[in-house]
Amino acid sequence: MNPSRRRFLQSTGLGFLALGLPPSFLVRAAEAQQVGKGKTMVVVFMRGAVDGLNAVIPFKDPAYYSLRPSIAIDEPASGEERAIDLDGFYGLHPALAPLKSIYDKGHLAVVHAAGSPDNTRSHFDAQDYMEIGTPGIKNTPDGWLNRCLNEQKKSESAFRGVALTPQLPRILAGSAPALTLSTIDEFRLRNDAMAATLQRLYTRTSDELFRFGGQSLFAAMAELRRVESKIPPSAERYPAGRFGASLAQIVRLIKADVGLEIAFTEIPGWDTHVNQGGAKGQMANRLKDLAEGLATFYRDLGDRGEDVVLITLSEFGRTARENGNRGTDHGHANVMFALGGPVRGGKVYGRWPGLAPEALHEDRDLALTTDYRTVCGEVISRHLGQKDLSKIFPAFRAAPPLGLIA
Amino acid sequence: MNTPLTQEQKVIHFLNRTSFGPTRETAQRVNQLGIHAYLEEQLSPEKISDTLVEEKLAGLKTMRLSSRELIELYPPPKQQTGQEMMGQQRMQGPRVVILELQQARLLRAVYSQRQLYEVMVDFWSNHFNIFAAKGADRWLATGYDRDAIRPQALGRFKDLLLATAQSPAMLFYLDNWLSASPNAVARFAANSLRRGLNENYARELMELHTLGVDGGYTQKDVHEVARCFTGWTIRQPRAEGTFYFEPRLHDGGEKMVLGTRVPPGGGMEDGLRVLDILARHPSTARFISLKLARRFVSDEPPPALVNRATETFRRSEGDIPTVLRTLIDSPEFFSPETYQVKVKKPLEFVAGALRVTGAEVQMSHQLLRYLGRMGEPLFLAQPPTGFPEAGASWASPDMLLTRMNFAIDLIGNRIPGSRVRIESLDDKDSFARLIAPDTLSVGTRSALAETHGDQAFTLLMAAPEFQRR
Repeated sequence: MNPSRRRFLQSTGLGFLALGLPPSFLVRAAEAQQVGKGKTMVVVFMRGAVDGLNAVIPFKDPAYYSLRPSIAIDEPASGEERAIDLDGFYGLHPALAPLKSIYDKGHLAVVHAAGSPDNTRSHFDAQDYMEIGTPGIKNTPDGWLNRCLNEQKKSESAFRGVALTPQLPRILAGSAPALTLSTIDEFRLRNDAMAATLQRLYTRTSDELFRFGGQSLFAAMAELRRVESKIPPSAERYPAGRFGASLAQIVRLIKADVGLEIAFTEIPGWDTHVNQGGAKGQMANRLKDLAEGLATFYRDLGDRGEDVVLITLSEFGRTARENGNRGTDHGHANVMFALGGPVRGGKVYGRWPGLAPEALHEDRDLALTTDYRTVCGEVISRHLGQKDLSKIFPAFRAAPPLGLIA
Repeated sequence: MNTPLTQEQKVIHFLNRTSFGPTRETAQRVNQLGIHAYLEEQLSPEKISDTLVEEKLAGLKTMRLSSRELIELYPPPKQQTGQEMMGQQRMQGPRVVILELQQARLLRAVYSQRQLYEVMVDFWSNHFNIFAAKGADRWLATGYDRDAIRPQALGRFKDLLLATAQSPAMLFYLDNWLSASPNAVARFAANSLRRGLNENYARELMELHTLGVDGGYTQKDVHEVARCFTGWTIRQPRAEGTFYFEPRLHDGGEKMVLGTRVPPGGGMEDGLRVLDILARHPSTARFISLKLARRFVSDEPPPALVNRATETFRRSEGDIPTVLRTLIDSPEFFSPETYQVKVKKPLEFVAGALRVTGAEVQMSHQLLRYLGRMGEPLFLAQPPTGFPEAGASWASPDMLLTRMNFAIDLIGNRIPGSRVRIESLDDKDSFARLIAPDTLSVGTRSALAETHGDQAFTLLMAAPEFQRR
């Protein structure tokens, strides 16, 4: 018997049942409770490669301003349109202002000079590597979030792993069932009379691909109808657009206690080769969407924030030097955010390699000092409680933990 | 399934791969002509009359306008920038332009007699992807489709490559129009954004358009190719929107591209040289042949077939119909292992359903919205990779649900702009023969036996078999 079920049985004065087989209603109740208390990890993928050097600005690095004559963010001082001081060395982009109070409360941490050690500057390959969790090795069949689901089977819930995207992302693809869902309210068949037939067809078909997707689909639809009345509407108003809407759905699922362990969403639009802007402009608009979404997510979670850790990924950083079009090209190391109650926030983690010419990776990019898997692994082990990471990140020897999670 | 395909299965299979799905009429025609002759007919689309589709497209007037006219007639509405293109707002400005472009793509997929040609247009649009919601591409995408992709879709790869390289939409999408020699800037300061090199196009040109990511180029090559393409730009992207070479932006120095020296002073020739090197490169022959094999044969095509197609590509200097003949007129194509192994992408599924049911399709936002929800909003793939081809990308639970709901709405005639005359359809068993003759699963067969009336057709459109081709 697993410890939490034993705990439940003991705490309800039914500990003697642990000696024999408990009635099935109690097992269900124990599982339900266990699910309800579950921890959730949320992964946000910033597709297109965000410019980490302008998201979290190393304003005290003397090279920063000379590398970026037209797009640098001014160092903190009074007035708007300048970096927001975090620790005297790094500052948040002004469009990330909504995150500052979360940082101050200690629920938002930054890891700088982080990312994938592989050298590719292909969006596709770099995203793929980051999602399969084996940079440099292409034939890994599944994503690391899926392996996470396989490693610790906490429940049978159809909502253990959910991507709020139409396509099942590579990071969540694999042998463990995973769900994709656009909106909770439209997650139903438009003809009830055909539901039973279609369910039979898809859950029993010999077509493995469709059986796999179909089983998840029909299990999730059934479960959703069962708990429908428990799913609260959003308590907060999210920014318009897909990203905000997806975060809203995630919080509703968390509050509905459907057993959500891993949630995934994405926010595109970071490939700023041209006219990236500085304190205002193209990238600032994307950052605003990100920050308002995350801040709303944080408020909406309320107490449940204690059960949630959200991290951001992006396939690579961008050139330290601005390019010929007031933009930046594909680079290397980047910035990551971690947000949630269990995060030891209010701090920028990671060793800063510097932007001096000799410190740059291949003479052009921010060098990498923290492998993204160190950050993800810490969330998996400390927050989700999965200590053995050898299958989730095979052949990866993690550096000592950063101490990111309480 | 290990027994060889029956003639009927071969015909359906052939139509599944070379068109947007079989209809009663096309199946009859293949039976009359034979597969071989039908393929040859399809490979010469200019000889096939296509009046029905021309009538259908007659109302889409943006399709005939130049970029300049589109920009003039469909200016951006006030106080709306960068909003999502699929939103519910009243259609105006460039939204109309993109909507008509999407509509035309769908109508052609459904109604054109030149089906293989339209399949190839779709293939190349995705291979040379642009994102029609990016800035000036809202007006330039129409010309891209009409003047770059469509004229060359069954031509030579090299011509297609050149047409895309010189198309304003691609120059804008991958930022090459702004790329400039750092030394040239002092002499040309008309646009303050132009201060130096931009390597976006150079990288995607090799990674996605020609060599493939493992095709043997380095970061240094990316840099050198970017230098070669400096000066390939757009005349007034938001007013005129035409390609031209601007020598004042060009880097006139010597370059080394993939081991080949590009001598100084080549001007616009530098870019042409690069395209020539890339079009002839063995990695390109392999990469394009592999992608075609994945589209037409299977996600993991037999290596021997890919090798033959690669050889054909090289021998024919990238003649696309010749490569298609090698792929389609092959034992591997008609082998039982290939039958029904591909998953239909959303456009293939939606157009296939509209075709096989003989739906009467008009301008329909709802159909396009369905494509978006299934993960394939036409002309709106943001990353340069376009939409994925592998079946596993198209079978997520949410996508399956959307496909089932589409089948329900289609047969229930609940999609504005689409009408199915149920009474004109064959009986359900004959209808099923257009989908998977004698190869419906036991589950689908027994479900079909128990299902009557309209629901039988819904069932067939929603069943796993119809999600494959």
